[in-house]
Amino acid sequence: MTETNQTPAPHSGRRTLGVAIAVCLVCSLIVASTAVMLKPIQLANRIEARQQVLVELAGLTARGLSAEQAYRQFDVRMVELASGEYHDDQDAEQFEITRAGKDAAQSISLAPEQDLAQIRRKPKYLPVYQVFDQAGKLETLVLPIYGYGLWSTLYGFIALEGDLRTVRGIQFYQHAETPGLGGEVDNSRWLDLWPGKVVFDDDWQPRIELVKGAVSTDTPDNQHKVDGLSGATMTTRGINNLLKFWFGQEGFRPFLLRLREKRS
Amino acid sequence: MTPSTRKILFAPLVDNNPIILQVLGICSALAVTTKLSTALTMCIALTLVVACSSTLISLIRHYIPTNIRIIVQMTIIASLVIVVDQFLRAFAYEISRELSVFVGLIITNCIVMGRAEAFAMKNPPWPSFLDGLGNGLGFSVILLMVGTMRELFGSGSLFGFSILPLARDGGWYEANGLMLLPPSAFFLIGMIIWGVRSWKTGQVEQPEFRIQPAHNPTEATR
Repeated sequence: MTETNQTPAPHSGRRTLGVAIAVCLVCSLIVASTAVMLKPIQLANRIEARQQVLVELAGLTARGLSAEQAYRQFDVRMVELASGEYHDDQDAEQFEITRAGKDAAQSISLAPEQDLAQIRRKPKYLPVYQVFDQAGKLETLVLPIYGYGLWSTLYGFIALEGDLRTVRGIQFYQHAETPGLGGEVDNSRWLDLWPGKVVFDDDWQPRIELVKGAVSTDTPDNQHKVDGLSGATMTTRGINNLLKFWFGQEGFRPFLLRLREKRS
Repeated sequence: MTPSTRKILFAPLVDNNPIILQVLGICSALAVTTKLSTALTMCIALTLVVACSSTLISLIRHYIPTNIRIIVQMTIIASLVIVVDQFLRAFAYEISRELSVFVGLIITNCIVMGRAEAFAMKNPPWPSFLDGLGNGLGFSVILLMVGTMRELFGSGSLFGFSILPLARDGGWYEANGLMLLPPSAFFLIGMIIWGVRSWKTGQVEQPEFRIQPAHNPTEATR
């Protein structure tokens, strides 16, 4: 097994420790410097992917524009969740949900019983994306939503029609759920079930939920129900909880109610 | 290139292929071959990692204490995989999202570890590099074959370009849904192994035991 030119393997404890430390040091330097150097490019990719999801949800790509051009049609504004008011002193473009969720100044901690989406801290301000038609009437409103599934936090957007309660589309742009099971949140056939579903009931309480099995036109309240993901109970439960949270009083409900009042 | 180095580089392509002879690296071969683009990215990533890790491990092989050699190899392999993953996320974002966890799982791919332990620990850097490259290419050959068949018959396209127009888009080809599911890769790899072993009978494994012919009934058992 050993060649003749090979020196006998060193065994002393100090030598072993030295080699281990040297290998770790060199490897960590290489890994860390690659990660740091490539971070700006990766961040730009993530922002672009997010904008792509946003314009697709709002149906803006259909107008023959590039993702970047289409994205400029959005009126992006920051909303204070607690009051439901706009806060234009906050920068919406540079906003990163993951960073805001960790920053004590930009978020508030949630009590376990409030924390349906299992996000622990809730950002105080979140961006909302609006598209208006020529007459200045709200056409589409896209809201950021996120929450814990089985393995990972799912980050996504939900687009609502101008009536503020009918779903136009939903899409998760970042998650690490099991491919083939929870990962089916990316399946276009499942995503196509969402348009036309109604988030709120007539009293403006969030009612939308995923249910076991298929939802047909005969299902009672089928306007509030969407097929669950088969084989992915925990991911399905996570999505249910995050929807309940973000459309509830802790989430965007105050903002949506205010928006509706202002219009009528 | 001398005949011996040529053998190190080319033997893993067919004669000593890591997938079909050694039957290693099956997990990623099932997972990333639904589309040729992800299969190709995986091939490039794995070939890079196995070639580099073999070279690096071979360079420091005299200094690696035998009692911690496995963890030293793992550290080097894991670092290389993270670097490759970071590059993919920066320059091939869409594909890196499709590959998701499978790039990270190169760390646990038996081929990489196997070459480090079986070859790079005992050979100088240049042969180790060629051995790593050869094994990476051997993995790639099979992955690309499986990927071609799965994408062509499962989606009627290659690299996303339509080859067989699908019936659901008004063409004539009815896509084979099985090809998009992992078991189809099992069947395809099985058929490739069968084909290669019928051609190169030397690869056929000896049975581990032979079933004895049934005894004639004796006086006592009758």
